[in-house]
Amino acid sequence: MAHAKKSLVLRTAGINCDAETVRALERAGSQVELVHLHALLAAPSLLEGVSLVVIPGGFSYGDDVASGRIFGLELRHGLSSELARFVDGGGRVLGVCNGFQVLVESGLFEREPGSATFPPRAIALTNNLSARFDCRWVHLKGERCAADWIEPGLVFPVPMAHGEGRFVVLDEATLARLEAQGQIALRYVKADGSPATGTADNPNGSTAAIAGLCDRTGRVLGLMPHPERNLDAWNHPEWTRLRARGIARTRGEGQAFWDRLVASLPVLV
Amino acid sequence: MKTTQSAQPSTASKPDSAPAAWRVEVHRLRAGDDPEGLHALAALREAGWQGLRSVRTARGFLLPAECTRALVDAATREILADPVLDRAVVCAPRETPPPAAGVLRVLVARKSGVMDPVARTVSRAMARSRIWQGEGEPHTTTFRAFLIEGEPAALDPALAREYCTRVLGNETIEDVLVASEALPWALPRQSPRHGVVHVPLRGLSDEALAKTSREGSLSLNLVEMRAVQAHYEALRRDPTIAELETIAQTWSEHCKHKTFTSRVEFEGRVIDNLLKQTIKAATLELAKPWCVSVFHDNAGIIEFDQGFDVCMKVETHNHPSAIDPYGGAGTGVGGVIRDILGVGLGAKPIANTDAFFVGPLDLPQAELPKGCMHPRRILSGVVAGVRDYGNRMGIPTVAGGVWSHPDYVGNPLVYAGTVGIMPHWAATKSVQPGDRIVVVGGRTGRDGIHGATFSSVELTETSEIESSAAVQIGDAITEKRVLDLIVRARDARLYRGITDCGAGGLSSAVGEMGAECGAAVRLESVPLKYPGLSPEEIWISEAQERMVLAVPPESLEGLLAACREEDVEATVIGEFTSTGRLVLTWHGEVQADLDLHFLHEGTPKPVRKARFEPPREPDSGVPAVEDHHALLLALLSSTDIASKEWIVRQYDHEVQGQSVLKPMTGVKRDAPSDAAVIKPLSSSRKGLAIGCGASPRYGRLDPGAMAETVIDEALRNVVAVGGDPDRTAILDNFSWGNCAHEDRMGALVLASEGCYRAAKAYGTPFISGKDSLNNEFKVGDRVIAIPPTLLVSALSIVPDVEIVVASDWCCAGSLLYLVGSTRPHFGGSHHHLVRGLSGGAVPRPDLAEAPRVLRAMHAAIKAGCVRSCHDLSEGGLAVAAAESAFGGCLGATIELAKAPRDLGSAARVDHDAALLYSETPTRFLVEVDPARAAEFERRLAGLPHAQVGSTRAEGVLEFTGASGASIARWDIEDLRRAHQSGWKA
Repeated sequence: MAHAKKSLVLRTAGINCDAETVRALERAGSQVELVHLHALLAAPSLLEGVSLVVIPGGFSYGDDVASGRIFGLELRHGLSSELARFVDGGGRVLGVCNGFQVLVESGLFEREPGSATFPPRAIALTNNLSARFDCRWVHLKGERCAADWIEPGLVFPVPMAHGEGRFVVLDEATLARLEAQGQIALRYVKADGSPATGTADNPNGSTAAIAGLCDRTGRVLGLMPHPERNLDAWNHPEWTRLRARGIARTRGEGQAFWDRLVASLPVLV
Repeated sequence: MKTTQSAQPSTASKPDSAPAAWRVEVHRLRAGDDPEGLHALAALREAGWQGLRSVRTARGFLLPAECTRALVDAATREILADPVLDRAVVCAPRETPPPAAGVLRVLVARKSGVMDPVARTVSRAMARSRIWQGEGEPHTTTFRAFLIEGEPAALDPALAREYCTRVLGNETIEDVLVASEALPWALPRQSPRHGVVHVPLRGLSDEALAKTSREGSLSLNLVEMRAVQAHYEALRRDPTIAELETIAQTWSEHCKHKTFTSRVEFEGRVIDNLLKQTIKAATLELAKPWCVSVFHDNAGIIEFDQGFDVCMKVETHNHPSAIDPYGGAGTGVGGVIRDILGVGLGAKPIANTDAFFVGPLDLPQAELPKGCMHPRRILSGVVAGVRDYGNRMGIPTVAGGVWSHPDYVGNPLVYAGTVGIMPHWAATKSVQPGDRIVVVGGRTGRDGIHGATFSSVELTETSEIESSAAVQIGDAITEKRVLDLIVRARDARLYRGITDCGAGGLSSAVGEMGAECGAAVRLESVPLKYPGLSPEEIWISEAQERMVLAVPPESLEGLLAACREEDVEATVIGEFTSTGRLVLTWHGEVQADLDLHFLHEGTPKPVRKARFEPPREPDSGVPAVEDHHALLLALLSSTDIASKEWIVRQYDHEVQGQSVLKPMTGVKRDAPSDAAVIKPLSSSRKGLAIGCGASPRYGRLDPGAMAETVIDEALRNVVAVGGDPDRTAILDNFSWGNCAHEDRMGALVLASEGCYRAAKAYGTPFISGKDSLNNEFKVGDRVIAIPPTLLVSALSIVPDVEIVVASDWCCAGSLLYLVGSTRPHFGGSHHHLVRGLSGGAVPRPDLAEAPRVLRAMHAAIKAGCVRSCHDLSEGGLAVAAAESAFGGCLGATIELAKAPRDLGSAARVDHDAALLYSETPTRFLVEVDPARAAEFERRLAGLPHAQVGSTRAEGVLEFTGASGASIARWDIEDLRRAHQSGWKA
């Protein structure tokens, strides 16, 4: 495996979707290493030769104070210049659910390419409109965005499970800037791909139904729902119905997300 | 984030009462971002507080007075407040926030010394990020502020106190400050006692012995106190307080199951050991080769696949949940997870279950007995507790239920279960003399003193106040760290034995592990949350998130290194020895020196008398139903049957990515599944079906029938989704009243014997069980005992997840079969509950036929003949058909005239009503592809089954009666609405 695409999955106290994230990446053909955040903080050289860093879902540090707050602080304080260099050198960063919250808290989405400092935040993920943790399946649609491996127009079902996943912006200008810079990667939609109306389709009430975001380079991406929980045909909530109706599915729709991500990774040495 | 400097201390505020600490209050800029405020407003209004306009909340933090303003600002900016969402108000030590006209401030803060996980996170983050540059971590605390607006008359502080203490805070663990800024800040500081305290027992009268037990909260009865006295008479000394506490913990009902293993005289018969002769006997006689470990470890273990075993344990946490629903349920979940981490050499938890039994959710506040929390508050609290602990642990909560009965009002029941997976080599453990005793995880505090003995007494109207020390506060992330560490250290084989610190704390854990050899513990080395604990408090504290390991000396360094990397505190507190004695020292002074044989074998075996007499109620028969339409809608909206979706959605039931069948199913995901299925190994196609059964309404009428029926229910739930009845293990959890009363004990005997009969008949061994007795509530002179409640959980292997079926109808044009014969079973039925009727036979399976039905159903599902399958339980055929119909968004006509039946000559039983609503067990409503109908019928040959209808696209459910004419029809959207119309938090 001279040209193995290596992924590094970061865990720390409270991260709990690491096993299924590793499984998804391995099935997509990546070589994967599961690393504790403290080990990476102690030895940032672990990033050498890595194409992708993934922060999985969970409740890092209990999501105490706010979801992803403390993990984000640790990245900003302990790893900002290394992460900036990693991304500017072509490396990818993905955050799923709590990982997305961590990346938002870190400031990485709002960083100017080439800059080692993270500006003050103008975006946030906060309590669902329902004011409750909510575990249910939703439909996502890929947007034309800076992350060119996201297939525009593709609609796929995935589960979400979070209490603080509502995407909000400081002001209208922020939203316009994100749109203009191609940073909106995924939106909640209806099953047929038409725009979400109300909390049946966009359960957390995110601004502009935004479910996933990327940075200006397209190399940093985060999303609230969990494609790694829909890898197999029997993960879908209606798979027994689909089977009875003769609709053959050999795997879950979430696996394609990971396949395209890994296929698009650069081989870094 | 906007930061506001507080006003200078004004004369209106009381600067002397404000804490000597920096205060940061974080307010949301927009009300829409403050759901806590909306929740609080709704809850206060529901409690009856009128004239409120709005409630806004703020999160508050106290930081050490020695911080500079710059440091506080940095902590606020970096950690405490959000730049997009929040506005922070910072107050210098002893200062208070500027008063706002017309706003009543209520502050809720943990009492001094009560575990505060968020504060711990803040302290660590301040130290790790170098915002705090002092030594170690800063002391911080948190609080919540409620800013209440309303009509001036409504904001009277006395009125506010009444509602806020009931709704916003829990005074067992929290201070609720109305219009006061006197937040607790200092840690409890008491200098630990010196010297050894002996408790004089020798020569005491019976009366004095009983008094010693009572005043020391020992929960030892007179016979036991006499045995302890005799032991120490022979030793010619008095016990130390640490010894007496150790004996009390070890002999507690919670740890020892004295009642269940007692000798019982039951209506002329003598049963030498109830547990051994019923539940354990069934398992022993069945002798299933796939049972790996039963009854003697923290959980039962069975074989799974590819060198892996699976295990399960279910626990109750009833009394703590009555006093603090949120904390009690959360620590209940935490405790049962630790059982799984501590079984064998440790298993990885892969699923959680929960079951709640509460008082009537529509109980008028005026009828609530003094000292009780309203059942709604209990239910919403325990759901939130399970949610916040289970979700943080990353373990999917996949199955459970809610049952209600008036007699749970003072003593609700909270069951939590965990399923784990482990390599087969890790199923056994040992301890060798010389192994180091290492405690890992949380620190020890004064939380949870006397939990084991507290759970063994009845609750009273003042329990809430007296038992604050018995409440434990959970910290899920500390436990998640421990989980990560244990799986890693187990696979590196860094320890030889492990057990959890549960009831009784270190005293039970070390006492159990060292039972065969001996142990010496240096209590001063146990890490503490705060100073001031006496040695015996350290020894029996039930502080959460701790495990005890037996570590060979050569592995110690490796283990401690792994703990450092996983950020888990680990401390050597002593050694296992070969002395047969348990020796506790405190700075070199011997606090206890106990003979382990006496400790574990010296419990006097009680003799119990038992009898049983069913309550006499008139048998109202089953009159013809005038309005089936209204009756089914009423059934669907009753608490036990109504949708639990509001609970299920708050639990992460998909984490770990192994979900095959979810708790809710159907086109709109709003129909209940019979059981959940997960696929624990990526490399194996085998699945695990997890289900449960309980029917407390049958318990008082016929405990034996209840036991058989509940086992049948748990089994048919897992069989309905694809579980193999011949590879199914079950767990028993009894919650009973005070068995010193002969009638409660008699019901326990009958239920246990029912368990034996059913387990033998179905060939399903019990692998683990637990009992919680003394579930009674005393208000004035009246004692309310809970109905005898048996929860049976089933863990079943699905041979291939491809065969799994759900409960929602899949296709129009399918044939509907009713499998199993209907008998007139209305005793304790929901039909009788809703119609206000009484009497009748309690449902009971035909133990000769039922196992054959389950096997045939499994064969049919395995062969792929079945499109969907739903078991018939509460509310009978009518409810099952309704759930499958709205689940699948399909309709059907079902002809009752074709249903298999054995209604006998029962007088005064309307046949249509019996076929629709009887709760006879071992029945399924099965959807079959017409092309597979012949094969399906062949597999059911010789067993009661009949094609009773077919599905159709039109969303109407219709039944025809004995005469062949339509007796009722419903739009499935009406059925869906009724099912969704139960109370939701």
